[in-house]
This record gives sequence, C-alpha cells and structure tokens, in this order.
Amino acid sequence: MESLSNKRKVLESKPLNFWERAYLPAIVQGLSITMKHFFRKPVTISYPEEQREFSENFRGMHSLKRDENGKERCTACGLCALSCPAEAITMIAAERQKGEEHLYREEKYAAVYEINMLRCIFCGLCEEACPKEAIYLDGNIVPADYLRKDFIYGKDKLVEAPLNQ
Amino acid sequence: MGLADIIIKLVLVVIIFAISLVIAMYSTYAERKIAAFFQDRIGPNRAGPWGLLQPLADGGKMFLKEEIIPTHANTFLFIAGPSLAILTACIGSAVIPWGQQMTIGSHVIDLQVADINVGILYIFGVVSLGVYGVMIGGWASNNKYSLLGAIRAASQNISYEISMGLSIIALLMVTGTLSLRQIAEQQHSWHWNILYQPLGFLLFIVCAFAETNRTPFDLPECETELVGGYHTEYSSMKLGFYLFAEYINMFISSAVMATLYWGGYNYPGMDWVLAHTGPAIGPLIGVVVLFAKIFLFIFFFMWVRWTIPRFRYDQLMDLGWKVLIPLAIANIIATGLWITFIK
Repeated sequence: MESLSNKRKVLESKPLNFWERAYLPAIVQGLSITMKHFFRKPVTISYPEEQREFSENFRGMHSLKRDENGKERCTACGLCALSCPAEAITMIAAERQKGEEHLYREEKYAAVYEINMLRCIFCGLCEEACPKEAIYLDGNIVPADYLRKDFIYGKDKLVEAPLNQ
Repeated sequence: MGLADIIIKLVLVVIIFAISLVIAMYSTYAERKIAAFFQDRIGPNRAGPWGLLQPLADGGKMFLKEEIIPTHANTFLFIAGPSLAILTACIGSAVIPWGQQMTIGSHVIDLQVADINVGILYIFGVVSLGVYGVMIGGWASNNKYSLLGAIRAASQNISYEISMGLSIIALLMVTGTLSLRQIAEQQHSWHWNILYQPLGFLLFIVCAFAETNRTPFDLPECETELVGGYHTEYSSMKLGFYLFAEYINMFISSAVMATLYWGGYNYPGMDWVLAHTGPAIGPLIGVVVLFAKIFLFIFFFMWVRWTIPRFRYDQLMDLGWKVLIPLAIANIIATGLWITFIK
C-alpha cells in the first residue's frame, strides 16, 4: 500500500561487507568525528559568572505594575484570579481613602494580593485577562525556598518598586 | 660499579618513579579535560587556574574517605589486591630506555634503570602479574559483581596476551634482540620499526588497549552489568590505587609502544642535533621526543575512549581468538618470508 505521508523508509538488512566487518574504517570515521568536536567551541555556560539569556516571551515571576505617576494600576477586579487555571491568585479588595490618590490609580485597590508560586503554572492567562495592564510575568525564575508558606508571595514581593526612590 | 653509579641509578629510579606518578595523576585531569573537549564541554576548571589543582583535590578526597573492608572479605588479600596492582604498574618502567647515554664530565650515565637482555620478556611478565591484582581484589571482596568483573578481567587479559606475544615475536624476528636498549638503538634516526611492522603495531596497540582495560575493552568495570566490576567493594585510597594503576599502565604501555615501534628517543636528524648540542644536552632532547610520543599515545588512548562504545563480551572473545591470533600468526609468517627472501 502506498503510504500517505511518503515518509516511510524501507530498511534492508544486508550482510556486512568486508570493510564493514573489518571494523577499522568505522573506527577511523568515528575518531574523525570526535576530533571535529575537539576543536569546536564548548557550549557550556559557566553559570554563576555567565547567565543564559531568556527568550523574549519567557514568563517568569509576576510583577504588579505602576502607572507613569507611580500609582498601583491594580484595581482588584479579580479577573486574574478568575482566569487562573491553577487557582494560584487570591486578593482582598479595599476602597481608596482620601489622601491615598497618589498611591492607587482607581478608587478600588487590592489591599492583599497573593500568588502561590507552588500552584502557579506560569501560563500567562492572568496577564491576558487583566484589563488594567497591571500584572506581567516579566520577572526572573522564582527562587527556591525551604518552606511551603514562603512560596506564597504577597504585595511586598510582587509590586514594582516605586518610581522615585 | 662504584658508589657514584649506585647513587646515579637511585636518583634515576626516584625520578622515573616520580614522573610516572605525576603523569598518572595528571592523566586523570587530562582524561576529564579531553573528554570534555570531545563532548563540547569545558571540563574541570574550578580548582586552581584551568582546574590544574583538580588531581590534588581528588587525591585529597580519596585519602580522607572512609576505608571500608567488608565483613566477610579476606582482609589480607583485600589489601594485597590494590597494592599488587600499583606495584606491578610501577615496576614496568625499569627497563625502558628513556634516552641515549649521557656524558657529563667523565661519567657516562645510562638513561635506563636496568638494561637487561630480556627486557621485553620482563615487561611481558610484569603485565601478566597485573592480572593478579585485579583477580585477588575481586575474589577477596566476597561480592559476586567483583568476582564476575575479576574473572572477566583475567580471561580478557589472558586472551589478549597471546596475540600480544605473537605480535611481538614478529617484531623480534626483525630486531633479533630482546633488549629494549638495543631495539631502541637499531631504530636510529628514522628507521622506526613501524615501517617494517605496521600490522604488528596494529595488533599490539589493540592488545595494549585490552591489557590496560581501556575502552573499548573496559568490560571488567562495566558499570551497567557489574556495578563497578572488580573494585565494587573498594573505597578510599585502595580504590584510588586501582584507578591510578590503570593510568600508570597506560603510561608504561605508551612508553613500550613508542620504544618498540615508534623509534623511542630517536628522531630524524638526531645526529646533527647531537653534534651541535654535545653529549650532555643532546640525549635530553631525545628524552623530550620520547615523552612527546608517549603523550601522543596517551592522548590516543583517551581519544579512542571517548569515541568507541564497549564491546559485548562474546565479541571481545571473538576478536581476541578468531581475528587477532590468526592475524598475528599470518604476520609472523609474512615477516619470516620477507626476512628470508627480500631482506
């Protein structure tokens, strides 16, 4: 039967000829291949001194963004938590008081915003769900830790540093 | 033989002993570094500049590790095994001529510890003794993997010693002497034995790989089947001795191959160099040439190790008995015909 993909390869098992059985030509061939590698540039990245560059669409640790005036963009709408397939995000909303206008952009803000980094699968759906462009997975790799509770990141770790400091 | 001669010999013994130990030590470093280059890696580079202190760190680690002797092992033989292995590895270098006779003032110094007239047989005997270190260690461990590894090592070495001996017989027909000094002298300038015995050299180097238990003949320590082979139960510096013995063996067999087939300390144009540098410095250049050849062989050993996979056991035996021995005998006959009718 004709194969549809045209990728099928028919392998014949012929008895080895004399030079193949002599084994030495194959050894010389192998030696020449390894010798080519001997002069090739090593692919190793010496980790602590050199660091591998991430790809452009790498998704790392989350950061909660501020706007151009340094106000927190998040309005605690909860769409990120809703969209999260791993249910890693939780938050408690609060109302902005008088005198806090320089801190929060909208009238409602997240008083508590927590991401469980052990649950997070770094899919980026929270990024896409956010209507305020407040959350981005643009950080580094989430570091290792000893206790499970230390993997629940609050606003202290997630919010971007203030502008003028 | 005066007191001065004895002192010179003693100094020579100590120097050669130290050199073979240092070369064995840095062979472990070279092996790791070369393996890394063959695999597009960097290799050890943390201890000292370019990782040059790595062998010292490894040795220090070996000495500080706990020394374990299994409860049901035969303690005496368990300790005798690695001792014998390293002893036989070290005494092989005694008959190798490292250079021409050096003349300093009125003293004529032989750059060879012992010029015995059965040099090749001595090396052969020492190599055969090396099997005992492996065999005794494997048996005394009281471990089935060790025993299997030791039996493999013994049968492999015995099988390949035959074709090694036969390949040397053809060489001896050409040289007409067993003394390594005379064999080296005969290859003066560019008259290297490799030109007369290419097949013999090929057989010899294959057997040398098998005798030193190097890939593709490293079945005695085949990790996938035998855990660690004959040294499974060994720890601390006793394990270190086994590993060390392998590298010393590699150094000695490289030296033997260089001396028997690749001209030893001879190099084209040596008469001119000797005439211009004098009898004190000239022979030292020959020593350097010999060591360059040895290092090339050691590199070749490692090159092959990181290229070719291990043989299966039945393939190993097939190669040894059904291919190498007939080839060696054919080589003897061809050499005999060549000597009778052409030379």
